[in-house]
Amino acid sequence: MKKIGVLIEMENGGIKTANFGMITLAAKGNATLYALVMDDIGDNCAAALAQYGITTIVDLGLPPDPALCHNPDIRSRAAVAAVKELGLDGVFGLSTAEGRDLLPRVAALLDAPLVMDCVDVDLESNTGKTSQYSGKVMATIQLTGDIAVFGIRPNAVAAENAPVEAQSLSMNTGADLSSPLALVSRDAGQNDTAAASLAEADIIIAGGRGMKNGENFSLLFECAEKMGAAVGASRVAVDEGWVPYALQVGQTGEKVSPSVYMACGISGSIQHFAGMKTAKMIIAVNTDENAAMIANSDYYVLGDLFEILPELIKQL
Amino acid sequence: MQIYVCVKHVPDSAANIHILDRDRIDENVAFLLNPYDEHAVAEAAALKKAFDGSEIIAVTLGKKDAEKTLRSAMAMGADRGILVETRESCDSMVTARALAAAIQKDGRADMILTGKESIDAEGMQTLFRIGALMDLPVLTNAVNLEMGEGTARVVCELSGGMTRTFDTPLPCVIGAGRGLNTPAYPTFPDVVKARKKPVDVIALEDLGIDTPPGSARITGLEPLVRERTPEAITGTPAEQAARIIDILKNEAKVVS
Ligand SMILES: Cc1cc2nc3c(=O)[nH]c(=O)nc-3n(C[C@H](O)[C@H](O)[C@H](O)COP(=O)(O)OP(=O)(O)OC[C@H]3O[C@@H](n4cnc5c(N)ncnc54)[C@H](O)[C@@H]3O)c2cc1C
Ligand SMILES: Nc1ncnc2c1ncn2[C@@H]1O[C@H](COP(=O)(O)O)[C@@H](O)[C@H]1O
Repeated sequence: MKKIGVLIEMENGGIKTANFGMITLAAKGNATLYALVMDDIGDNCAAALAQYGITTIVDLGLPPDPALCHNPDIRSRAAVAAVKELGLDGVFGLSTAEGRDLLPRVAALLDAPLVMDCVDVDLESNTGKTSQYSGKVMATIQLTGDIAVFGIRPNAVAAENAPVEAQSLSMNTGADLSSPLALVSRDAGQNDTAAASLAEADIIIAGGRGMKNGENFSLLFECAEKMGAAVGASRVAVDEGWVPYALQVGQTGEKVSPSVYMACGISGSIQHFAGMKTAKMIIAVNTDENAAMIANSDYYVLGDLFEILPELIKQL
Repeated sequence: MQIYVCVKHVPDSAANIHILDRDRIDENVAFLLNPYDEHAVAEAAALKKAFDGSEIIAVTLGKKDAEKTLRSAMAMGADRGILVETRESCDSMVTARALAAAIQKDGRADMILTGKESIDAEGMQTLFRIGALMDLPVLTNAVNLEMGEGTARVVCELSGGMTRTFDTPLPCVIGAGRGLNTPAYPTFPDVVKARKKPVDVIALEDLGIDTPPGSARITGLEPLVRERTPEAITGTPAEQAARIIDILKNEAKVVS
């Protein structure tokens, strides 16, 4: 059986939900699963990991000093030390913003191949499926070598319960805690939770030029709050200054795979689709029956978003 | 400062991609300088303005045609170019080795600028590999850069507008994000001047790089089109909204 390490990402003191789908994906490979934990997770979280098939929870022993634990260089050294000491055959991690700054460091230090943003992984053949060419192509990429690293797109795989007994292991990864990088500050941005969770949201309701101005986005935010969705936007809405760049979905914005993507007043350019075409369901609201968003939707409303959104808010 | 900028020749994001033999694309489409690398070149040009006597060298690994991307970089301010020529595309483990070797052979870098990712491979890793091979610190998705005495202060963007600011010693590798700057379109005289700037062509084989201990190989490509059959939701706005809620609750099961 292969030994796979799963890098666990935290959020507000708890385990980010997207980790569980990643663990389910790793478990499909009939592997022994090690959770590589770099933060203080507490007993509840440890129990949650075991629910999905983690058999060993490895505490990498990073001191809870923010200057150290928010330094991706130090985190990656700790992870690499653990991968070597445990003799792992593979490493999984989320392709979130955090993961994009961590996994490639781990792969580079291990001098091991890596595929980021996988929507599927087959551990037997060491292949990952990921989108390329601005989301126009699905590529199957095979990794060779002693260790394979896979970045997993959040929400690409649904979590499945597979409870096991998990043991804990504390490691002093012996990682060199010195780093050429010195963390000067962290800024939580607008601290807009809708924005922060865009990549991992299960429902996204997004607006484009059809929203006409920034104030009108409050319709989307109100709707989103009622359905537990995150708000996204097209580049036009961002460039016009209606919403911050953090909300942009697309080739040069966030790439998302929610269960439902509802696009209001977005035409459906190639570059916008590059960020959301893997959504399980697309609902388009558009006044133009020839909009690409309608042609590539599962459901569409041919109509005025300013009539539909207030009704949705009323009925939700 | 001696500034190296890694630039990749990639298919235009607006191009239609056709797949041949199930594992490669028809390269008969428009290619251009990777958009994030454009930000890297623009940043190098700004640094050159601030630090007199700096030199900007654009480096690419690619087929002969990639020289065009070097010319684009030179029109935006690079002084010369290095083309590591290959006949086949390389994975990022080989690419990073080649780029690092070409840079080391050429001179002493004070800074290596790259894009945070290429829009064709979407690998997000070449810069980190260059950093590991050359033992240099790496920062990615940089949205602001300020120079100190032998150091740089770099603001890196995470999601949701969150940022982290780091101080790094030079030399270092920095991956440009979209917020870093607004690249200016080169003027016609810039383009003409770029045609005369020198380009060094080195065959990949002649760089003498070692064989990496692993590889990433594309075994299949498929067009990513989820076949969707659009179904109209009709009626009054109230009826349409009700139907959407019904779909969210009972079909997608995302709203309770
Ligand atoms: C290199 C590059 C990268 C890019 N990256 C991105 C990216 O990451 N993300 C991105 O989104 N774009 C990106 N773009 C831009 C992209 O090409 C499009 O310009 C953009 O997506 C269009 O945004 P839109 O759909 O909001 O606007 P439009 O294309 O103008 O569409 C507006 C739509 O709203 C509809 N509408 C208007 N009024 C109403 C109403 N009252 N009710 C309902 N519908 C209405 C219209 O029918 C129309 O379909 C990129 C472009 C380039 C060149
Ligand atoms: N073949 C190449 N030639 C020059 N630079 C490259 C090449 N491949 C990748 N890079 C650089 O590495 C960055 C990240 O690429 P990638 O890892 O493919 O996403 C790009 O933005 C480029 O700056």
